[in-house]
Amino acid sequence: MAARPLTIIEKIWNAHAILEREDGDTLLWIDRHYVHEGSNHGFGQVAARKAEVARPDLTFGIADHYVPTRQRESRGASAEIRNMIDLLEQNTARHRVSLFGLDDAQQGIVHVVMPEQGLTLPGLLIVCGDSHTSTHGALGAYAFGIGASEVAHVLMTQTIWQKRPKKMRVSVSGQLPEGVSAKDLALNVIAGLGSGGATGHAIEYAGDAVRALSIEARMTLCNLSIEAGSRLGIVAPDEKTFAYIEGRPHAPHGELFERAVEEWRKLPSDEDAVFNAEMAFDAAAMTPTATWGTSPEQALPIGARLPDPADIEDETKAQGVRAALEYMGLRPKMAMSDISIDRVFIGSCTNSRIEDLRAAAAVLAGRRAVVPGLVSPGSMLIKQQAEQEGLDKVFVEAGLSWEASGCSMCVGMNGDIVEPGQRCASTSNRNFKGRQGPGARTHLVSPAMAAAAALTGRLTDVRPLLAGRKP
Amino acid sequence: MKPFRTLEGAACPLPLANIDTDQIISARFMKRPRSEGGYGQYLLYDFRFDEDGKARDFALNDPRYSNARIVIAKRNFGCGSSREPAVYALADYGVTCVIAPSFGDIFASNSIRNGVLPAAVSEADADALLQSAHVLAGLPVRVDLAQQTIVAGNLSVSFDVPMQWKARLINGWDDVDMTRAHAGEIAAFATKYESENTWALPKR
Ligand code: SF4
Repeated sequence: MAARPLTIIEKIWNAHAILEREDGDTLLWIDRHYVHEGSNHGFGQVAARKAEVARPDLTFGIADHYVPTRQRESRGASAEIRNMIDLLEQNTARHRVSLFGLDDAQQGIVHVVMPEQGLTLPGLLIVCGDSHTSTHGALGAYAFGIGASEVAHVLMTQTIWQKRPKKMRVSVSGQLPEGVSAKDLALNVIAGLGSGGATGHAIEYAGDAVRALSIEARMTLCNLSIEAGSRLGIVAPDEKTFAYIEGRPHAPHGELFERAVEEWRKLPSDEDAVFNAEMAFDAAAMTPTATWGTSPEQALPIGARLPDPADIEDETKAQGVRAALEYMGLRPKMAMSDISIDRVFIGSCTNSRIEDLRAAAAVLAGRRAVVPGLVSPGSMLIKQQAEQEGLDKVFVEAGLSWEASGCSMCVGMNGDIVEPGQRCASTSNRNFKGRQGPGARTHLVSPAMAAAAALTGRLTDVRPLLAGRKP
Repeated sequence: MKPFRTLEGAACPLPLANIDTDQIISARFMKRPRSEGGYGQYLLYDFRFDEDGKARDFALNDPRYSNARIVIAKRNFGCGSSREPAVYALADYGVTCVIAPSFGDIFASNSIRNGVLPAAVSEADADALLQSAHVLAGLPVRVDLAQQTIVAGNLSVSFDVPMQWKARLINGWDDVDMTRAHAGEIAAFATKYESENTWALPKR
């Protein structure tokens, strides 16, 4: 009898299941645990028990959430912030965990650097105390965010208890039109699923449009899975994945790499594997998209008009729309392209990779921004590469500031914030109230759309600005 | 962890859907050590105070709810960022039960680890509780975990909580201890897994 067909989600799960409890909770083995400044509560719990880190060799630290992007020598904008960075250094040193620290040439955002360093691989089970850990699924890893107590648990045991997730396949067919990126695709998927639409599910992204995406673009897509409520998104590894990984510093080399590839080829979901839910999207129908509200699901094509709560029957929904419009300082029915912008941010683990910077630079080249903006590459290596390509000059000549790598204005923890009431076109992943600073208003967009907004001072369809240019 | 059996106290109504963890505790407070006065002072801070630190007209600022032990909200409470400090903020404030139709995944599992009960009720029951005169008067609401019931005056509703979570809360079981009981199995698994998957180890 042939074995039951399995999804990639089940295959990786099964390979890591140590034991299953009667109630269905499974104890899973962890291949990689990434820690950052925010993991200090987890280390605190380890210290409180006078325990040790079980597997320092599988644990990797990085300074990203609090690091300064300007005046790096200061080591942080305030004593509180410097303390967060110091704590990470002390905790990792004390437990012999290797660290990509503030001064390292490889420093950057955890979800950018770990794949870049070849630490994230297909078939691995990866956790990190950050909800955008789903990003690593782009390489075919089973990766999800965990809380501080779970961080402590993983530190002490290298395992985690989980309930088997339901499986959802999001199939995207067709080809993304010119000027429409993985970010637009992801925003459309979230708008389609709703912000809690994939809760309890692990998502596999499939279909030609997903296969056609580069690894970087797949990372953007998987990164946003959590915004639809799913703790993880995964794309089956293929030749592109193997090519991306080969030769990276911490990836298997030589014969071991060949053996790994053989294993990785077995990962894709079997032909007849069954999913609990299937969703289909058409890439060809998508246009550049932006969020207008305070939840990533509140996204619309750039050519659309804002909703009017008066037209919405469901009172809870109408109330949500009303509250979002009020916070965002917007009027019902106004055109998306009439929304003015005070500043732009190009960065974050969603959109700060070399391709993202190239896409923004292609729009900005030879033009001047009319609003200020901050560009923070996803890693110091990406910064270096961008500078070799001359992208930094494009940004600076356009009037944007080009700074060092970190989470920066995605979350404002390091002091890079959007002023109260100001409106930011941002390539990050969350437009929640106050996310980029108290009272800040965030419009999520692709890097090309952020560049377009910088040029016009409002949300703008980037497509005409790309005419005659290499995208 | 302290076992959770019953709870009685004022239940603060927050008739909003999608209260995310950034709203429960803003990122800007997370660099403050929890040891200094706890995170309760930051709970729902931007709802409670304006930019100048002046109290807003918000339920938690109302004397009826200033000692709330319970919070009642609409669907998808605790969605968004995985930050566990959102639960610390609730627990440090003294709130050990959140009643809502649904919860963010990570928020709910973080709650259990910190002795906070995420009690899932139907949308209709959440609305009934939010509008109940008893709740609105700030009178004590009783939560019984063994019975899975919430009683507010003459209104009584039942709630859902996964069986395992219920057992952990009632017994005050700690995760790490539960796992360490399996140390032998874990070690055996790791040895076999790592010899069969040498490629999975990071190259140094
Ligand atoms: S860039 Fe933003 S979303 Fe990504 S890890 Fe940093 S804070 Fe989290």
